[in-house]
Amino acid sequence: MARAIAVQTPRTSTASGARSSSVRKRFRSQVLPRIVLILMCAIFILPFYWMLTTALKSNDEIGAYPPTLWPHDLRWANFKDAVEVFPFWSFLRNTATITALTVLGAAISNPIVAYGFSRIAWPGRDKVFFLVLATVFVPFPVLIIALFDIFARLGWINTFLPLVVPLFFGNAFWIFLMRQFFMRIPQEVSDAARLDGANELQILFKIIMPQSWPALSAVCLFAGLHAWNDFLGPLIFLQDETKYTLAIGLTFFESQSQYDIRFNLLMAASALIVLPVIVVFLMFQRVFVEGVTLGSMK
Amino acid sequence: MAAEILAASSPRRPPFGQRFLLGRAERRNLAMGLLFISPWIVGFVAFLLYPFIYTIRIGFTQYSGFGDPLWIGLENYRQLFRDDLFWKSLYNTLFYTGLAIPVGVVVAMGLALAMNQPVPEVPIYRAILYLPSVIPAFALSFIFLTLLDPARGIFNQALMAVGLPNINWFGDPRYSKLALVILAQFGAGQAALIFLAGLKGIPPTLYEASMLDGAGTWRKFWNITLPMMTPVILYDLILGLSTGIQIFTQIFVIFGNDPPGAPANSTLAYVPYLYNNGFRYGQMGYAAAMAWVLFLITLVLAFFIFRSSNRWVHYDTD
Repeated sequence: MARAIAVQTPRTSTASGARSSSVRKRFRSQVLPRIVLILMCAIFILPFYWMLTTALKSNDEIGAYPPTLWPHDLRWANFKDAVEVFPFWSFLRNTATITALTVLGAAISNPIVAYGFSRIAWPGRDKVFFLVLATVFVPFPVLIIALFDIFARLGWINTFLPLVVPLFFGNAFWIFLMRQFFMRIPQEVSDAARLDGANELQILFKIIMPQSWPALSAVCLFAGLHAWNDFLGPLIFLQDETKYTLAIGLTFFESQSQYDIRFNLLMAASALIVLPVIVVFLMFQRVFVEGVTLGSMK
Repeated sequence: MAAEILAASSPRRPPFGQRFLLGRAERRNLAMGLLFISPWIVGFVAFLLYPFIYTIRIGFTQYSGFGDPLWIGLENYRQLFRDDLFWKSLYNTLFYTGLAIPVGVVVAMGLALAMNQPVPEVPIYRAILYLPSVIPAFALSFIFLTLLDPARGIFNQALMAVGLPNINWFGDPRYSKLALVILAQFGAGQAALIFLAGLKGIPPTLYEASMLDGAGTWRKFWNITLPMMTPVILYDLILGLSTGIQIFTQIFVIFGNDPPGAPANSTLAYVPYLYNNGFRYGQMGYAAAMAWVLFLITLVLAFFIFRSSNRWVHYDTD
């Protein structure tokens, strides 16, 4: 039957054949990728969904089996209760202080050091820069024992100094990121400024930095994230409860009663810590993405 | 002869720098360059080089953190060699890293290929896929504690819905390390972005040429995409090695530290064990010896990855 039609009207047949192949092409280029992407996104968003829904469940409901997909009634009071399990506001102040100082240190030190590694030609520069890159092969945990002892002798334990001061001296990844950016700016710009009698500091702050906001903001964001997300550092260097950060605060839920963690409150507190990160990320998405790719180039 | 040299050199002695064949401008640049990088030099010496050497030194002592370290030579290393928990922690860490790295490469590549699809709203998908890698590892670990809970978590409900068994991820030693590998994949968005940049860097002419040869999607991936991506994969392997071998936070949060390594020492990892020795058992010397060994292991593994790379990494020669 179909063959008969095809024989009778060959022109429509080829037309519909072309249409079906274009439909298939459209499916492969537009529909199929979307299905895959949406499935992937569903998986990657699952932890956030679970955090928020668990945070809003009542005590009875978190014990329910099978677990409910959506809270029966939204218990917003969990957020109020969660911040009372540990001194949330004081830990928030500590975390915010450390984060702000870390960003400040990174914003000052990395551009200056990167400038010395990119905009001034001096003998041996690239060999020394190779040493900078090599330092990433010394994992931080290798140094924790010695650093603790050194900082203890300096009387820095239970202060924010061990977490903040090293950031004022540059970090290999962020020096690298800034240097990559600085190298893209034509050397003639600096040469012209030098002929006009500008010194190197003036060139850095008046000419190079104003063009380097994307790199500087990426470094600031990564530094802020590093401080906000740090767990091992505060765990080692801060032992007095008044100095704890939010990261350590969450462990209070475990130590309170190891076998019956109040997951709804734990998730409510987690949400309060994660939320600022999500907001910052959504606001500065482009900066993040450019920073990650810039920092990875050979 | 000597007088001649004296006579020649004394009136106009060559400037100091010229003995190293440096001109005036070069000397100025050297001074300026060093001045600008001086913060890094100070930081490098104070917070890396000195602690590094100090670690090696404490490694030869018995030291509780108080009083003076007692020199005991190689005793810590001898003890390390006989310490079953040390070997267990090393085994677990290498097992985890060895599993997390290849899985991570495949997941990151899959995400990057999906992120590279020409659908108009793809930036939204990219943002969602990248999001879990910016949130703190400790928070993600706490979320996982409830998400993968066999009774209360939704993850296992989904597994059972498709006919898979209800796995006790954090209580069963057979699955505890696998749970950590799964957790690590939620941070794959970071690597995926780097992979994506790599994908975008592949010249389209290569694909056009192979299309003329009638190559299918799979052959294009295998013959063009994968070889062109090998430098990015190498970078990811090194990054994965470094983060894998340092695993601490996730284990500390999920499996607790009292006793460490639950269940049945199956998650006793290197850095948590080092941490416990140094900060809980008061064996700073022993922990320092472990730290030094950790550095050597990292270095050796990185060396082997780099050495193997000239056999499989494709560098564009034109």
